[in-house]
Amino acid sequence: MNTDLALQLGVQGVLLGGIYGLIAIGLSLIFGVMGVINFAHGQMMVMGMYISYWIFVLLGVDPYISLIVVAAAIFLLGYLIQSSVVNRILDYPEAMQVLPLVAVGLILENTVLLLWGPDHRSPQTSLSLETIWMGDVMVDVSRLIAFGLAIIITISIFIFLKKSNTGKCIRAAADNRMGAVLVGIKVNRINNISFALGAATTGAAGALLIPLMPLSPHLGHDFTLTAFVVVILGGMGNLIGALVGGLILGTAESLSTLILPATLKQVVSFSILVIIMLFRPQGLLGGKK
Amino acid sequence: MTRFYLFLASVLAVLLLLPLFLDKYELGIFVMIFFYAYLGQSWNVLTGYTGHISLGHALYIGIGAYTSTYLAQAFGLSPWIGMWVGALVAVVVAFCLGYLGFRFGLRGVYFVILTIAFAEITRLVVSHIAALGSFSGIFLDFKPSFSNFQFTGNIPYYYIALGFMIFSVIAVRLIETSKLGRFMVAIREDEDAAQALGVNAFKYNMIAIAISASMTSLAGTFYANYIFYIHPDSLFGMGLSIELILRPIIGGLGTIFGPVIGSFILTPLSEITRAYFAKGGLEGLHLIIYGILAILVVLFMPKGIIIYVKRVLNPILKLDEEN
Amino acid sequence: MSILSVNQLSKSFGGLMAVKELSFKLEKGDILGLIGPNGAGKTTVFNCLTGFIPPDQGEILFHEKSVKDMQPYKISQLGLVRTFQIVKPFLTISVLDNVMVGALIKEKSITKARQESMEIIEFLGLGRMANVEAQGLPLPLRKKLELARALATKPKILLLDEVMAGLNPTEVDEIIDLIRQVNARGISILLIEHVMRGVMALSQRVLVINYGKKIAEGIPEEVVKDKGVIEAYLGKEFLSAQG
Repeated sequence: MNTDLALQLGVQGVLLGGIYGLIAIGLSLIFGVMGVINFAHGQMMVMGMYISYWIFVLLGVDPYISLIVVAAAIFLLGYLIQSSVVNRILDYPEAMQVLPLVAVGLILENTVLLLWGPDHRSPQTSLSLETIWMGDVMVDVSRLIAFGLAIIITISIFIFLKKSNTGKCIRAAADNRMGAVLVGIKVNRINNISFALGAATTGAAGALLIPLMPLSPHLGHDFTLTAFVVVILGGMGNLIGALVGGLILGTAESLSTLILPATLKQVVSFSILVIIMLFRPQGLLGGKK
Repeated sequence: MTRFYLFLASVLAVLLLLPLFLDKYELGIFVMIFFYAYLGQSWNVLTGYTGHISLGHALYIGIGAYTSTYLAQAFGLSPWIGMWVGALVAVVVAFCLGYLGFRFGLRGVYFVILTIAFAEITRLVVSHIAALGSFSGIFLDFKPSFSNFQFTGNIPYYYIALGFMIFSVIAVRLIETSKLGRFMVAIREDEDAAQALGVNAFKYNMIAIAISASMTSLAGTFYANYIFYIHPDSLFGMGLSIELILRPIIGGLGTIFGPVIGSFILTPLSEITRAYFAKGGLEGLHLIIYGILAILVVLFMPKGIIIYVKRVLNPILKLDEEN
Repeated sequence: MSILSVNQLSKSFGGLMAVKELSFKLEKGDILGLIGPNGAGKTTVFNCLTGFIPPDQGEILFHEKSVKDMQPYKISQLGLVRTFQIVKPFLTISVLDNVMVGALIKEKSITKARQESMEIIEFLGLGRMANVEAQGLPLPLRKKLELARALATKPKILLLDEVMAGLNPTEVDEIIDLIRQVNARGISILLIEHVMRGVMALSQRVLVINYGKKIAEGIPEEVVKDKGVIEAYLGKEFLSAQG
């Protein structure tokens, strides 16, 4: 086996994995606080992608710079979805929560389709094609920056959750909803913010992905499923697990191309998913079930 | 009660006579109404009655379509027979999925994800099998004849689809009132309590998924010989899986006529919006409407539209004297 | 020959010993009361007996046959049936349909199952609610439903887990009477209860456990006076205060 190639793929995989982790953190946060599985997660990411793309095409602002705006936009979208739909289904049996969120995903996906059409788009941003050498490995600059930003955002979220008042409230609500209510935390507001935050992170991830893949309205499903794999791999509700899971999955998928055609990459992720669900449902790092 | 049967009989009579009055395009819409009603009914057997939600039911449609098509093209086997081979394959796959899901106690969302995983893996694998057309899919030759399950014009398809739909309604009715159906509902309501009474939940879950899968796969064969083109993305994809669950959800989960009503409402709606808006380039709008409808139904009418239909029809049909 | 024979039953969760070397027998046709302070391990005993939790060690013989590693549904089919402390009705179906699920375990014909179910429903005083959805029932009636459903399976032994909890005195009297009648039909009963009146009125014998261990066993009148039992419920101080 070509170790150089393996190393190359490994590095590329880790970098992508950082973004996977960012997407998954949003999903894990939403689950941790509300116990809801956001089946529209991938579609929110796609929204972020397209809004970022739109800003780039209309105003020439590079996705890395418009990141904050995109995150804010998807934050608002998430807030809206949570307060209008998700809030009402919090006490529904788990399986019945699936349907409205799948429907939300359907709406988002087709809104994108409606607004931007079905064709793939590959915008050329300033860094799209640049590569640099890190030791023996050739790395896409855009991938490197995306990874870096993903890590920065992830760390910011961790700090926010650990130090800020709202963050502590979120953690409290995730830990024990009833307890949070009893100590006077406005759980509704926290739910809204948590969902919005989860959405924002995935929207931001979408923006980061622009230089790395062609845009299509139908990417949503694949990324929702990828996020699921990561979250289940790392442990539902475990944010560090989401990051670790993302890195592992990114690497595994990338390395799998040594023996499988790239188009079968997802079989790897789904197989990992099934195996973890069967034999270690709490995930590698342990989480809520 | 008799009034209700009279009502059903008259509806049936109307449906049987419709082809005399409709053109090919309109008949096509009805074919789709019956097709999706049948699919929704088949899905309902698993999800509505045992409560295990499947978001990957397109898996079985694909199995049915690909199996009968492959057998027809490679061995000249009539789809009327190939259809049952497909059903057998579907049952085997369903047993695998069921075994993993039910033995390992994957409940709620984990089960949902398992069903998605199975469908997606199958989709990807089939996309790489040359004999099954890989990424290009398979075009079926149009050789109309009864044994080929292919017909000119829509009238034969209309009656076959109608037959499928009626069959599914009868099948579900029989299941619902049988011991199997009652145990399935018990499992849905509280699997532990059912076990504590003596219900072998694993066995009944497996039976349910096998019936659901085999019924669904039959529709796959119909689809292949009606559309004449099968492709892994359209046949195993999440799009189809989601499309087929919308009608039973909106119509009424776990009821006999829910999927039928849901299909009669949504399918024409989809056709109209597609025809009306697609001209203006508003592709996908009908799905947005679906999505909104689905949310509204789950939030405000979780038992489905059928409750309202019953309420409206009750005074006329005296439905309360049922059971 | 005892209908149920438990020998050295033990179960621990992590480091906590929930049940410790518990042995007792239930004679056919008897009512055995199982009491003890909260957290004593009573429901764990039920869970082990009915296969919901595998015991770490010990013997469980039902009609002299071991049921220790059997699946819950199999044990129930053999005739060892439990009710749950927190009742678990099939919420969206009617009382009758609920009970029919139980009846269909042993009865093949739907019509007969329906008949039998109606009889049991009438017997328990739920006759008028036969077609009401279970989720419309208040707690006392839900408890009766739980009992009806279990009865419909034609059990040989009924394990009743705090069936009187949450009932007012009149309802308790009613249940006591119903349980007596059930027992009179030949069904042996193992009864977890906190409502002492029920235990005293119904049990031929009483078994007291605390911290998973048996601390007393005998006829109700004696057990109630046992020093160890009083200490378990009311504490050392009370005991020494009594002198």
